[in-house]
Amino acid sequence: MQSMTRTWRYALTLAIVIPLIAFAIWALDDNPKLFLRTLLNGITLAALYFVVASGFTLVFGLMRNVNLAHGSLYLAGAYVGWIVGDATGSWLMAVAAGFLVAALMGLLLQVLVFRFMPGQDLRQTMFTIGLSIVLADVMLWKFGGEIYQFDPPSIIYGKTPMLFLNTYPTYRLVMLATAIVIGCVLWWFLNRTRVGMMIRAGVDDRAMLAASGVNVQMVFAITFAIGAGLAGFGGVVGGTALSISPGEDTRYLLASLMVVIVGGMGSIVGAALGSLLVGLVEQIGLAYAPTYSIVFTFVIMVLVLAFRPQGILGRRT
Amino acid sequence: MNARAGSVGAQGTWAARGTLYPDVALSPSRGGRTAWNGWRAVRARHVLILAALLIYPWVATPFFTFQIGGQSLVLGLIALSLTFLAGYGGMVSLAQMTVAGIASYCIAIFSTSAATQISLGWPWWLGVLIAVSVATLLSTLIGWLSVRTEGIYTIMITLSVGVAFYYLCEQNYSVLNGHQGFHQVSTPVAFGVNWRDPIPYFYLALFCALTGYFFIKYLLRTPFGLALQGTRDNPRRMNALGFNVTAHRVASYSIAGVLAAVGGVLLAWYNGLVTPGTVNTGALINILIVAVLGGMRHPIGPFIGAIVFVLMQTFGIDLASQLMGDWARERFNLVIGMVFLLIVLFSPDGLLGWWSGLRARFGPQARSNRG
Repeated sequence: MQSMTRTWRYALTLAIVIPLIAFAIWALDDNPKLFLRTLLNGITLAALYFVVASGFTLVFGLMRNVNLAHGSLYLAGAYVGWIVGDATGSWLMAVAAGFLVAALMGLLLQVLVFRFMPGQDLRQTMFTIGLSIVLADVMLWKFGGEIYQFDPPSIIYGKTPMLFLNTYPTYRLVMLATAIVIGCVLWWFLNRTRVGMMIRAGVDDRAMLAASGVNVQMVFAITFAIGAGLAGFGGVVGGTALSISPGEDTRYLLASLMVVIVGGMGSIVGAALGSLLVGLVEQIGLAYAPTYSIVFTFVIMVLVLAFRPQGILGRRT
Repeated sequence: MNARAGSVGAQGTWAARGTLYPDVALSPSRGGRTAWNGWRAVRARHVLILAALLIYPWVATPFFTFQIGGQSLVLGLIALSLTFLAGYGGMVSLAQMTVAGIASYCIAIFSTSAATQISLGWPWWLGVLIAVSVATLLSTLIGWLSVRTEGIYTIMITLSVGVAFYYLCEQNYSVLNGHQGFHQVSTPVAFGVNWRDPIPYFYLALFCALTGYFFIKYLLRTPFGLALQGTRDNPRRMNALGFNVTAHRVASYSIAGVLAAVGGVLLAWYNGLVTPGTVNTGALINILIVAVLGGMRHPIGPFIGAIVFVLMQTFGIDLASQLMGDWARERFNLVIGMVFLLIVLFSPDGLLGWWSGLRARFGPQARSNRG
């Protein structure tokens, strides 16, 4: 945040926070139950967005590679997870399968393709666009246009009594907890492990990292696998909360893009902040102005870009 | 590929003055020519191509005139706006189809369509005027928003703008009529001609496409166009030379906006309907495919790309299913996605890149070099 002048920081904070607070006061007065439910929906949706977008931002932060097939990895993880869950009857197996399959795809992508086009942002981006078209069509071919739903253990799928609200779906609270755990694990991994330190060093200065004897390609591959795996993991977790169908890939790609544009690219904390803003604004919009809800998310993006083009916690590169 | 001589001459001038354009797109300067010298640059092949285009609707079937010819020209015009931005300004904007879609929606809203509760039924020329101005204005805003960042961020921001507009179209019923969109968008009957008949439509599209093409070709030789290419190659140096990089970029978004808007109006008349499907992610990316397929190094690229794309869309599936079996029949996106991947991986300059590769190997100049 050092590079941002104080005035701009205040201006941005005021431009986003004041309308939100004013709205919150009005909504609490108007219909507290609806507002609280919307708030919880927003926070739990933000949790899902964070899981998906943290992988996106991790990959971008290290490799400067915008993986526009991230949404396809989400959907692929969800579908494969569904097959495994259907075959084994275990939801946890489905989650694991979703993570592993997407991680494997990410690994292959890095080892087979991206390794050979370093620094060519545009080609990488166009390649991932082409890949997402192909993947979307293959998945439509194999799974058709139907809507698939998961069958999670009943212990996490009931309703939980809540203060003020009568009940709230347990699963969405589980999702929130999962995201918090993932956030903590990511923090621990990046800050306390050797590989994490290498990744952070790579974010700051790739050439120096390579010069000090680290196998940078290995670090890249690991990061890509984790980032992609998070998308697949999010696919199963999000597919359980909502459902999986063709077109979800675009939706989560848009969410990830919005989150990292707002939060700042390459920053995990930024991704958390961005998903919170995007998730909350999306749900509030859906509850209070359903035919214009996307516009609110868009306004947030415009405001952030106007005052701080690199995102709230992004750094200029 | 055609009419190359003129622009090469212009770049030669700049190179002679010792400035800026080390990797300008086109082939090495042919020397001697120092500026655009009007009619002398017109070669026999240009006359031939123009004549072929003018005669085409009279020899082709209405299907080929309208569905293949008309559609290619319109798609090419929209993709031309992307080629201008990406190839000459270095800004890959995925929102060009969105700009075109905004113009399509405007023409449906302000002139007549089946959704009588929304459409205002104003005369077509007023509708066109409003559509083009609104779309250009919004394109400028998109530009203003996205030029604050560079390179890869531009793609991300324009893609999110485009996808957000698609979701808005799906959500909003009061103005944009939601999922069903607008049907029976009326094509004007003006000067005693029904412009939706194949031959008039073809000439209308041809007129707009040629105007756009020559305008861009002209613009690239103006000081503005040269400065824009300078900002593509080295924005910092251009800034140091006193050029306002941001202003050049935003202005080029406005210009691209006009082209895309005209394309959008023509597209609405071509389809006779505007739905959220007009601006969905697939449509945004199709424009990128068209531009990349043709090649971004010359304004003719998007039109070549559009012809190939439309032919593939129309006949490619039959061909693929004959070659590879019935499974390919339903899988247009798979085929086009694969082609796109192959182009991106093996020929980053698209079909034009293949062409200049062949020329370099077998063309007259190569022979004289060897000889």
